[in-house]
Amino acid sequence: MSTTTLETAGGVKVVKPTVASHIRDYIGRIRGGDLGALPAVLGLVILVLIFGSARSDTFFSAGNFANLFNQAAGVTMIAMGLIFVLLLGEIDLSAGFAAGVCGAVMAILLTEKGYSEPVALAAALGSGVVIGLLLGFLVSKVGIPSFVVTLAAFLAFQGVLLNILGEGKNISIPDGFIKSLNKDSLSVTWSWILAITAVVIFALIQFMRYRGRAKRNLVNEPIGIILLRIGGLAALILISTAILTQERAINPVIASLKGVPIAAPVIGGFLVLWTFVLGRTSYGRHVYAVGGNAEASRRAGIPVDRIRISVFVIGSFMAAVGGVMLVSRAGSVDPNTGGSSTLLYAVGAAVIGGTSLFGGKGKIIHAVIGGAVIAVIDNGMFLMDFSSGTRYMFTGVILLIAAGVDALARRRAAATGNR
Amino acid sequence: MAATPLLELRGIDKSFGPVQVLHDVGLNVYPGEVTALVGDNGAGKSTLVKCISGIYTIDAGTVTFDGKQVAIHSPRDASELGIEVVYQDLALCDNLDIVQNMFLGREKKRGIVLDEPTMEQMAGETLASLSVRTVKSLRQLVASLSGGQRQTVAIAKAVLWNSRVVILDEPTAALGVAQTAQVLELVRRLADNGLGVVLISHNMNDVFAVSDRIAALYLGRMAAQVKASDVTHAQVVELITGGRSGNLGLPPEKPTDFVDITPGVQK
Repeated sequence: MSTTTLETAGGVKVVKPTVASHIRDYIGRIRGGDLGALPAVLGLVILVLIFGSARSDTFFSAGNFANLFNQAAGVTMIAMGLIFVLLLGEIDLSAGFAAGVCGAVMAILLTEKGYSEPVALAAALGSGVVIGLLLGFLVSKVGIPSFVVTLAAFLAFQGVLLNILGEGKNISIPDGFIKSLNKDSLSVTWSWILAITAVVIFALIQFMRYRGRAKRNLVNEPIGIILLRIGGLAALILISTAILTQERAINPVIASLKGVPIAAPVIGGFLVLWTFVLGRTSYGRHVYAVGGNAEASRRAGIPVDRIRISVFVIGSFMAAVGGVMLVSRAGSVDPNTGGSSTLLYAVGAAVIGGTSLFGGKGKIIHAVIGGAVIAVIDNGMFLMDFSSGTRYMFTGVILLIAAGVDALARRRAAATGNR
Repeated sequence: MAATPLLELRGIDKSFGPVQVLHDVGLNVYPGEVTALVGDNGAGKSTLVKCISGIYTIDAGTVTFDGKQVAIHSPRDASELGIEVVYQDLALCDNLDIVQNMFLGREKKRGIVLDEPTMEQMAGETLASLSVRTVKSLRQLVASLSGGQRQTVAIAKAVLWNSRVVILDEPTAALGVAQTAQVLELVRRLADNGLGVVLISHNMNDVFAVSDRIAALYLGRMAAQVKASDVTHAQVVELITGGRSGNLGLPPEKPTDFVDITPGVQK
C-alpha cells in the first residue's frame, strides 16, 4: 500500500494517517512491546467467557453484573491513586490500611461523635491528604525509599485502626448518603439521562478536538477511528445501562431493584477527573516526565520533589475514597477494613490493567480494567464454589502473569529500541 | 564576520575549595559563528559551560551579553538571557513524544488545559526551520527515535525559545558516521540562522568541519582563541596537549615557575 505524505505545521513531512495505517501502527506498537491495556482486556473477555459458560445462570444475571461494580469500587479507587504513585516508579504499600483508617475516622465521626455526613466525609478525605503529605515528605525530602516508608506505614496504620476502633470492635454506619454510595442504585430515568449525557459529551469533545486540529492544519486521526471510538463507548455504556435497568430483585413485589449502581458513576467520575489531570494538564505531563527521567525533568525546571509529594497525596486521597466505598459496601468498619487482600488487589488491578511497575507508563483507565478483572475472578470463582484459598492462589497467578507480561514487554521494547 | 561578540567572558576564575579549575579564562562567542571549545579531559570545558549556564557561579571575572554586563546565578537567569545548553546525556524523557519533550517544563496552556495544537504547531515550525523533515510523526515517542534524531530533538528544544546562544556538549559523541554528519549540518545551520553556537568536541574532524573559531583550554587556562582557517589540525592538537604551538598559545613556563618536588629535596 502506498503511503501519502502530507505537510504539517510549518512544513515537516509526516505520513498521512489512514484507518489502515492507524491499525498497522497499533499492531506495530504491540509487537514493539507497548501493550497498554490489551492483555487485560483480552484476559477480561476470556474470564467472562469461562465463568459465563460454567455458571451462565448466575454469572450472566443482571444482579451479578450490578454486583461487580460494588465489589470492584473500593479496590478500583485505591488503584487509581496507586497509578499516580506507580507512574513515578514508587510504591504505596500502606494504601489499604490508609483506606481503613480514613473509613474508621468517618464511621466514628458519624456514630460516636454524631457529626453530619458531609463533615465526616470531608474528615475522611482530609485524613487521606494528611497521610499522603506525611508519606510524600518522608520519601522525597528525607529520602527514605518508598517501599520502606509505606511498609512502616502499613504496620502503623494497622495499629491505628485497631486502636481507634478498640480491639475487635465493629462500628456500623447509619443509613444515609454514604451508605447508599456503594449499595443503592440510581432510578431508571437518571440512569438513562446520565448514560446518554456521558456519550454525548464524549462525542462532542472528540469532534471539537478534531475540528480544532483540522483548522490549524495539523495531522489528524482519520475520522473513521474517531467514529469507531465514539461508537464503541456508546455501545458499551448503553448496553450496560440497558442490562442494569432490568428488574433484578428476587421478589419485585416486595422491593423493586433496578438502575445503574451509584458506584458506577462514582468510578466514572473519578476516571474522567484523573484522566483529565494526567492527560490534559501540565501537572500530569510533569508526573509522566519525572517518572520517565527525573534528571531531565529537573533540568527542565520541574519541581521534582513537589511532584513526588503530590503523587503520594493523590494516592492516599484516593485510598480514603476507596475506604469510604469499602465502608459503604460493608455498612460497617472493623479492624480488617482495607486489610487482608485489599492493597494487593489494588496494586494488582493497576498492574494487570497495564500500568508499569517501573514508572513512566500507565493510565487511569488501567485501574478500572484491572479492577474489573480482579472483581470478575473473585466473583466468578465464588459462584463456581471454589474455596477462598483457591481464589487467592488463582489471583496470585494472574498478578504474576500480568507483572511478567510487563517485564517481558519492557525487554521486548528495549530490544526494538522502543523503551 | 560580526565585529562585536554576542557573549564575552573576561578573566573568569573558578575554584572548588583549594583547587582552581579556571584561571583568567576569556571567551568570545559571535553571532552567526560556531565557536569550538576544545581541550583535554580535565581542562575545564564542562566547568566553563556550567559557569555560563548558571549551574556554577563564577569567583571572578565578567560576563558581557549583547554589550551589557550580566550576572548569571541560576539556569533560569541563563535561559532568560537566551542561553541554552544541550547536554551530552540529552536530558529527554523516553516516555514522552517529540512535542512533549520540546515543551517540557514550559508547556503552553489555555486556562489550565494544555494547548496541544499550539505546541505541536510551534514544534513543527521549529523543526522545519532547522530543515528537519524526516520524522514520521511529531507525536512519536522519543524512545523510538534514532540517536541522531534524538540529538536533533534536543537541539530543537534548545532553539525553540528564541535563544541567542546554544551550547552543545559533545553532540556527536555517541553517534554513527551518517548521524554525525546530520547533526553537524544542523549545528552549522544554527549558526547560519544567526545564533551564537558553542560546540564542545573531542573530535578534530568535527571541529574543523563546522567551526569558525577554535578556543583551546589547557589546564584551566585559555591557551588560544583562533580562526579555524588560520590553524592546522596539528597546531590545535598541540594547543590541547601542550597549551601552545609555535607562537600561538600560552607563553612557555619560566624555570622559576617550577617547584622542585623531588623527594628528599627540602627548600
